[in-house]
Amino acid sequence: MTVMTMRQAISQALWEEMERDERVFIIGEEVGLWGGTYAVTKGFYDHFGPERVRDTPIAEGVIIGAANGAAMAGLRPVAELMTINFAFLAMDQIVNHSAKLRSMFGGQFTIPLVIRTVGGGGRQLGATHSQTPDVVFAHFPGLKVVAPGTPYDAKGLLKSAIRTDDPVMFIEHATLYQTRGEVPDGEYLEPIGVSKVQRQGDDVTLVTYSKMLQVSLQAADQLAQDGVEVEIVDLRSLRPLDIEPVVASFRRTNRCVIVEEGWPSYGIGAEVATRLYEEAFDYADAPIRRVAQKEVPLPYNRELEQLALPQVDDVISAVKEVL
Amino acid sequence: MDKGEMLLLYHEMVLVRRLEEKAAELYQQGKVGGFLHLYIGQEAVGSGVVSSRRPEDRVITAYRDHGIAISCGMSAEIVMAELLGKKTGCSKGKGGSMHLADVNLNFWGGHAIVGAHLPLAVGMALADKYQGSEAATICLFGDGATNIGYFHESLNLSMVWSLPVLWVCENNQYGMGTSVERASAVSEIRRKADGYGMQNDRVDGMDILQVRAATEKALEYVRKEGPYLLEVVTYRFRGHSMGDPERYRESDEVQKWKDDDPIGIFRNYLLENGHHNLETLDAEDQKVEDEIQQAVQFAETSPDPAPEALFQDIYVEGVE
Repeated sequence: MTVMTMRQAISQALWEEMERDERVFIIGEEVGLWGGTYAVTKGFYDHFGPERVRDTPIAEGVIIGAANGAAMAGLRPVAELMTINFAFLAMDQIVNHSAKLRSMFGGQFTIPLVIRTVGGGGRQLGATHSQTPDVVFAHFPGLKVVAPGTPYDAKGLLKSAIRTDDPVMFIEHATLYQTRGEVPDGEYLEPIGVSKVQRQGDDVTLVTYSKMLQVSLQAADQLAQDGVEVEIVDLRSLRPLDIEPVVASFRRTNRCVIVEEGWPSYGIGAEVATRLYEEAFDYADAPIRRVAQKEVPLPYNRELEQLALPQVDDVISAVKEVL
Repeated sequence: MDKGEMLLLYHEMVLVRRLEEKAAELYQQGKVGGFLHLYIGQEAVGSGVVSSRRPEDRVITAYRDHGIAISCGMSAEIVMAELLGKKTGCSKGKGGSMHLADVNLNFWGGHAIVGAHLPLAVGMALADKYQGSEAATICLFGDGATNIGYFHESLNLSMVWSLPVLWVCENNQYGMGTSVERASAVSEIRRKADGYGMQNDRVDGMDILQVRAATEKALEYVRKEGPYLLEVVTYRFRGHSMGDPERYRESDEVQKWKDDDPIGIFRNYLLENGHHNLETLDAEDQKVEDEIQQAVQFAETSPDPAPEALFQDIYVEGVE
């Protein structure tokens, strides 16, 4: 095991997969000469060359469209959208093409595409650059949506995403790149569509993913000092959604809080809570609670922005409410 | 082009025409669902362009795709089966009229979001270049698609990366019911390529020989130099789709174009130049009638997809 940052783990996954398979190439804005706006692809251009690390104009529609076309024609593109907010400019390609080209033509086309993108708030970038709309993409059958919360999962899941023959939205969190964690030294893959218990406990089930995993882990540490042991189930993949570990945990703890960074309306929490009510209604000892972003476009001002985003204290309060 | 190939092209154009007429009939009988966009009037474009390709060249088009499918080598049976939503259709009944494709024929689909398949063509051409293939990608689209961002993003990137794409604008004068003059700042579509420093040409789309010659010249350029925009001026004799009230154009205008029927022009050419006699052409027409009848019978007697098909072909790996 080596301790490394999320950025290093993602970068390693990309590097290894490009070394392994010549069909894998990177396409996006500032991925090459610049080295990636979050420095994930630093050094790639010099090593792999401009054919495999392709700088594009600022034109998200054709970036994802060309990636779709290249995937149809047998390559394995890793397209980078600088932020998930810009994915809206490529929405038609993602939802009408990546997600549907296979089924709509009776399985003739295969789309081994990874869209790496960066979401999340907390960096004072204003309302249009700070969104966490992960659930929007998870709504569409035909896509897979992955959002890791640790360097270990990021590396193993990205390698799986690149190797799967289906289109995957791989959502990284803008404030997690410096997060450190242990990563195995040899090659390993983490399966897409498998939730993971990141902390064991018997009192409350916390369901979360991505940045909110880190927030939940902090909350859990503090709660443990008060003698409350929470179990944290990390979804890691929003589609397919592996609900079984969540249900299993809830059947033991009988209490659940869902923590997501996006808005609560029609969100991950709404989905997970419904699944729990459908599959384990009789096990509930308290109403399921959701911790999420306030229902406002994120403001620039630091205090206001933090007020809108879910905090460790919000998680602690919610856990105490269900106890 | 030799006599034999001319006869094949004549056959193909008549087949497309009769297939469309039959499809309209079946639509009115409620056997074809959804939208149905007919290619009638534009046959010389599809046949002229696609017959100029090499087998390794990819073809991708928009939703008015039945004729292009036939030109790429799809049988009338398979087209008809897809129109009727049958399991034996090219897309197993999941695509319908607007979503025909056959990768084995190097036909990469009809695509129904206006302009959205242009970036797909960029990606395919990129893949061919990346893998050292000599193939070109032929991307057909309507005049309406040239006003959307995708067109400009795709033309630009194809030039920046010098990709082997032949952009073919089938200018049939209307984007649904809005004429080119009412929708586009320039009515000569080819001029839009100038903005990207791209070679371009404009040709009469009612004359298959002119379309052929222009396409051959363009493809030669594409293989050597890079992208090229070919504007083919044509006209659809029917409405945008079935159920179009056609309030946006005068019947005189439609009639004027119908007098320039691309099949009639080619037929006269074949007769006047002594390539084929009336008997041969009439026999060809009869062959088409038989083919259409057989196609309808095949489609109507084909099974619907099984209920299990609902969850198939969505993902390669793992199902929810």
